[in-house]
Amino acid sequence: MLLNLTINGEQRSDNVDPRMLLVHYIRDIANLTGTHVGCETSICGACTVLINGSAVKSCTILAVQADGTKITTIEGMAEGDRLHPLQEGFWEEHGLQCGYCTPGMIMTAADLLARNSNPTEAEIREALEGNLCRCTGYQHIVKAIQFAAAKMRTSKAA
Amino acid sequence: MAVIRDVMPSFDLLQPNSADEARNILAQRGSDAWVLAGGLDSFDWLKDRIKRPKVVVDLSGVDELRGIRVKSDGVEIGAMTTLTEVAQNPVIRENYGVLADAASMVASPQIRNQGTIGGNLSQDTRCWYYRAGWPCYRAGGNICYADTPEGRNREHAILGADRCVAVNPSDTAPAFIVLDAKFVIRSRKDERVIDAEDYFIGPDVDITRLHVLQPGELFTAVRIPFTWASSRFYFEKIRDRNVWDFPLLNVASAMFVSNGRIDRVRIAVNAAAARPLRLKSVERAVRGMPPDAATGEMAGKRAVQGAVPLQFNAYKIPLMRNLVKRAIGGVEEAKWA
Ligand SMILES: Cc1cc2nc3c(=O)[nH]c(=O)nc-3n(C[C@H](O)[C@H](O)[C@H](O)COP(=O)(O)OP(=O)(O)OC[C@H]3O[C@@H](n4cnc5c(N)ncnc54)[C@H](O)[C@@H]3O)c2cc1C
Ligand code: FES
Ligand code: FES
Repeated sequence: MLLNLTINGEQRSDNVDPRMLLVHYIRDIANLTGTHVGCETSICGACTVLINGSAVKSCTILAVQADGTKITTIEGMAEGDRLHPLQEGFWEEHGLQCGYCTPGMIMTAADLLARNSNPTEAEIREALEGNLCRCTGYQHIVKAIQFAAAKMRTSKAA
Repeated sequence: MAVIRDVMPSFDLLQPNSADEARNILAQRGSDAWVLAGGLDSFDWLKDRIKRPKVVVDLSGVDELRGIRVKSDGVEIGAMTTLTEVAQNPVIRENYGVLADAASMVASPQIRNQGTIGGNLSQDTRCWYYRAGWPCYRAGGNICYADTPEGRNREHAILGADRCVAVNPSDTAPAFIVLDAKFVIRSRKDERVIDAEDYFIGPDVDITRLHVLQPGELFTAVRIPFTWASSRFYFEKIRDRNVWDFPLLNVASAMFVSNGRIDRVRIAVNAAAARPLRLKSVERAVRGMPPDAATGEMAGKRAVQGAVPLQFNAYKIPLMRNLVKRAIGGVEEAKWA
C-alpha cells in the first residue's frame, strides 16, 4: 500500500506491506534507527514517537495507519548541531546510562512540555509512567526534563 | 543487508472512511474480519499469531466515530474516541467525574492516547493461559488451566465463574454501568441500543466472549444520560504498580444523598468476575441509610456474599468488601494510637 507522510519535516512516499508496524517502517525504510524497539507489546515506551504532536507507541500501530500524518522522532529534535533543550538536559543531568530508553523518554517529555511548560515533579513522573528505564533510574531523567523545561521557558521569554 | 524479522502473518487491510462502509464490510466478511481500533488488545493477538483473521478492518479513518457531543438528553461519545480525550474532556470531568477518573487510570499515557472507548469496553480477558494460546474452555478446549491445582490464579475470578475463571479487565466498564450508559451497536439489519450492564456476559451465557457483540457488528457510540450527572461519585482501582497494570479489582459508584440519607445509588465492580458486576442487592440494602461507615460495613459484607476464592486469590474477598465499604461509606481517616 502507498504511504505518504512527513517525518521530521521530510515528506516521504513509500510502498509498504499493510502488516508493517510503524516502528519497523521508521527504522528499516526511513532508516531512522534512533527509535528503539524494546518489548513490542506496548509496555516499555522505547518506541515512542510523536504523531501530530501526540506521544504514541510506534510498535502498536501499522505504518499505513500513519498515512497523512506528521511524525517526529528523536532525529527531528536537534537543529543541525544545536541540541534540543531536552537532549541538553539529558546530557547535563546525566539522564542516561545505556541510552536505550532515552529516545522514548525524550519524545514523551516533548509531548508533556508542549502541553505544560512548567510541570511539577509529580506531573513529570506521571507523564513518564509509560516509559521504562532499566539502568539510569528515574531521578536523573526527571531532573533532565526539569532542566529542559526551565531552559525552554527562559528562551521563550527572551 | 536484508532485514529478517518475525512479522505478523499477512492479512487484507481494509480502511473504511465512514461507519456505513465499515458496517457493510463487517456484515459481508463476518467472522473472517477483525475490527482494529486502538490496537492495544488487537496487536497482541495478531503478533502472537493466536488469532489469524483474513481481514483486518481499521477504523482509524472513520472520523464520525470520534468525538464527544453534548445532546439534549446527555452526552454521546464516539466509539473511536481515545481514553485521553475522555479523561480530559471538560464536560465529562464536570458531569461524569467517575468516568474521567476511570479513564485516567488505564495503563499509561501513550496507551491512553491510542486506546479507544469502544476497544476498552470490548477488550478480551488478560488470563495468560488463554492469551498464550492454551486450548482452554474459552478457546474451545475442555479445561480451565487457571482453575487446576497448579494453576496461577491470583488475578482471577471470585464470583460468577462457570468452568472459566477469567475476569473482565476494563476500568471504564463499571463507570459506564453506574452512569446508566447505553451502547449503540450497528449491524447490517439494524441499530440496537443496549444498557451498559447487558453488554457484558459471563461464561454461562457464552464462554468464548466477554460481551454480546457478534462478528459483523460495529460498536458506534456510548450515550450517557444526565440521570447521574454530578452525583456523588467514587472510583477506586487496586493494582500492583501504579502504571501498566490492569485492575486486581476496581469499584465505581454514583449516589444522590438527601437529608443525610442515600436516596438513589448505583455501584459496580470489575475484575471480580468475567463481567463487570452491578451490585443490585447492595444498592437495595443501602437505600434510605446514611452514607456512613456502618452502612459501608454492611454493604461490603453483602457485596461478597457467595464469593468463592481460588488457590491464590482469596485476598480479593476482603479487598472487594473494603472497596465497596469505602464507595458507600466514605474513606476513613487513619487513626494513630
Ligand atoms: C500494557 C497494557 C496495559 C493496559 N492496562 C489497562 C488497564 O489498566 N485498564 C484497562 O481498562 N485497560 C488496559 N489496557 C487495555 C487498553 O487500555 C485498551 O483500551 C484496550 O486494550 C483496547 O482498546 P483499543 O482501542 O486499543 O482496541 P483494540 O485492541 O483495537 O480492540 C479491542 C477489541 O475490541 C474490538 N473492537 C474495538 N472497537 C470496536 C468497535 N468500534 N466495534 C466493534 N469491535 C470493536 C476489537 O475487534 C478487539 O476485539 C492495557 C493495555 C496494554 C497493552
Ligand atoms: S517497543 Fe513499543 S512499547 Fe516497548
Ligand atoms: S538509560 Fe539504560 S534503560 Fe534507561
